[in-house]
Amino acid sequence: MDEPKPDCANSLQELYAFLDGELTDDRRVHIQAHLDGCLPCYEAYDFEAELRIVISARCREEVPDDLRNRVADALRKLGESDLAE
Amino acid sequence: MADPDHFADLAMEHMPSLYSAALRMTRNPADAEDLVQETYLRAFRGFGGFTEGTNLKAWLYRILTNTFINRYRAKKRRPEETDFDDVEDFYLYKRIGGLEQARSNRSAEDELMDLFPEAEVKDAVESLPENFRLPVLLADVEGFSYKEIAEILDIPIGTVMSRLHRGRKALQKALYDFAAERGLASEEPATRG
Repeated sequence: MDEPKPDCANSLQELYAFLDGELTDDRRVHIQAHLDGCLPCYEAYDFEAELRIVISARCREEVPDDLRNRVADALRKLGESDLAE
Repeated sequence: MADPDHFADLAMEHMPSLYSAALRMTRNPADAEDLVQETYLRAFRGFGGFTEGTNLKAWLYRILTNTFINRYRAKKRRPEETDFDDVEDFYLYKRIGGLEQARSNRSAEDELMDLFPEAEVKDAVESLPENFRLPVLLADVEGFSYKEIAEILDIPIGTVMSRLHRGRKALQKALYDFAAERGLASEEPATRG
């Protein structure tokens, strides 16, 4: 990784908020412009963005059929007993 | 009030993400299943208080995390308030950022998928202290906003941001340690440039 230039420090600081979609329009445009023109910062951004996709994809689980059926049954029974009251 | 069919129609589609989060929280399938089931039963009972058209997924997550905190955390010792301030920003990128480009022309995503297999990513997330694990899960796996996470966990937005910051650094360090153990990453940060 190339050492970021001093004027990159602010952009890197805001990178997570940028990735999180939490910047104001002003700041977002500013960071986007910086990333468009600064390869080291863009590479850091790209790495973090890809890493997040990987983490999210790796943490997906399939719901066991048994659990799905159990909850559906329990909700149905609760609904029926509500009607009976 | 809570029309059971209506509730089931709306809520059942969120079960995969609730169950995924429950597994990372409880760290075992039996507790995760119980947690999800209890969350749905509580949500059903409270459905009358839910305003339709607002964020049902966030509302379900609030019930999930409250149920988890009340029911399962009491069983275990309080998690350590480990401080991760000594872990630097961009911890992983500084160590393996050059790797995925040097090794091939494949996309960074493909390389990272190879570097971090499913079991290790799950272990790394689960290794985080709970205070950090929940915000990281909600933000990076489920994509909730800072404001939604603040509401789900009932903590101020500033706290969400600082826990996310430290939690992400800790997660990167855990991922790196796994990769280093397998000899897939170097011990020292790259010193190019």
